[in-house]
Amino acid sequence: MKKPVQKNKKPKKELTIDQKINRRNFISFTTFAVLGGAAFGGWRWLYKSPLETPGITAGTRAPLRRALNKTELAFRRIFSNNNLVKTYPKSMAAKNVRHNTDIGSDSKMDMDAWRLNVNKGTGEKLQFTIDQIKSLPKTELVFSFKCVEGWDQIQYWGGVKFIDFINHFGLQDQTQLGYVGMETPDKGYYVGLDMPSAIHPQTLLAYELNAEPIPFKHGQPLRLIIPVKYGIKNLKRIGTITFSNQRPRDYWAEEGYDYYSGL
Amino acid sequence: MRWCHWVNFPILTIMIWSGMLIYWANDEYKITLFGHTYVRFFPDWYYHLLHIPQRLAEGMAFHFLFMWFFTLNGIFYILYTLISGEWRELVPQKKSFKEAFLVVLHDLHIRKMAPPQNKYNAAQRIAYTAIIVMGIGSVITGLAIYKPVQFYYLTWICGGYHFARIIHFALTLGYLFFFVIHIVQVILAGWNNFRSVISGFEVVNEQPKMITQPMVETKDEDEKAGPKE
Repeated sequence: MKKPVQKNKKPKKELTIDQKINRRNFISFTTFAVLGGAAFGGWRWLYKSPLETPGITAGTRAPLRRALNKTELAFRRIFSNNNLVKTYPKSMAAKNVRHNTDIGSDSKMDMDAWRLNVNKGTGEKLQFTIDQIKSLPKTELVFSFKCVEGWDQIQYWGGVKFIDFINHFGLQDQTQLGYVGMETPDKGYYVGLDMPSAIHPQTLLAYELNAEPIPFKHGQPLRLIIPVKYGIKNLKRIGTITFSNQRPRDYWAEEGYDYYSGL
Repeated sequence: MRWCHWVNFPILTIMIWSGMLIYWANDEYKITLFGHTYVRFFPDWYYHLLHIPQRLAEGMAFHFLFMWFFTLNGIFYILYTLISGEWRELVPQKKSFKEAFLVVLHDLHIRKMAPPQNKYNAAQRIAYTAIIVMGIGSVITGLAIYKPVQFYYLTWICGGYHFARIIHFALTLGYLFFFVIHIVQVILAGWNNFRSVISGFEVVNEQPKMITQPMVETKDEDEKAGPKE
């Protein structure tokens, strides 16, 4: 041990400051290049990583989907039913309510034959008419409807709170399950909702828009208004509601969007 | 500090890029004066050049992953500067605002003498502190538009959903402005200065770009260079 040290010492003395600086810079720049290369390699890996296996969610690179799901868990912790969506006076509500898509709500149908189907977690099936739903206490909500694209619009909806509907028809035990799935009668559009968001006090089964029955293109006769989610979760024309412990299928989650999409 | 700087560069680049993928879906911002639109963000040729259209879902997925790294790196940087005491070199002093003006005059070759300085000159103190404040602003306005119901108080502080989105966008433009000035200053400051940002005492990530340090710095100031004369 002694010898090498001494040997080392000799040249060290002779090393000029310039040499030391050069040596140190060489190490520094090499490390910089290696780490930079590693970072770039990591980025290429992520950017070229394969799409997830299509299932309940699809269309996103697998590592990014894992990240979205982890991020969902983080933000579900801070979700509270005490946090209410900001409401506005009715006078501020839009007269021309924006209409973005017809997916699942453009099939012709006999409105008189419409029923709301509810599937309990046990497999038991229930049916409700629109009059049964309208007989429950009405809740009105003027809020800013937010689209995942970035626009928003103040809209005035009326209907029954989903939690009121649950309580009135004795479905309380179903709220122990993790999720609610909703589908249009033609099954063309479908959403999955986590239970806390579904039973948020501002989540409505809406049958009125601007104090009139909901027009066909906006989801006549009954649609979902869930202000704690982006518009993509606000299903038009509910045909079936299913309570489940598994994530129900979700139209836009299959197209690469975040399953949670909560606000 | 160097680590944070070089880690931040690629993260911020990804955040700006994925932010543009998101912004494309509702690109409503423009600068209009007296009925004439001067700047529209962004023209179609620009979008197509960068392959931006129709990638909203992808942009959100990247944005909501790298937001974590951006935030953590920022927190780490702030903690480090506080604990190490380096904030004393960075935070503007009372005289900084007056001096910064003189520094600018000097850099523009209008004035011959630059005011005396320590590690950073007055203009740098202001710029490097402002960029941190901007980073905090981006995180706060970002949260305000990301979870406007759960973080309703942040949205309220930011002046509402719309205004928060505008600030978030404007801050991004601010980064690009900072970047341009920054690169010019780095080039003017020269190779020695640039090298010190890489080799200070250890090294970090990614391609050479960004950050200036004072022009007086020479080789001999390198901290780890070992025994000096």
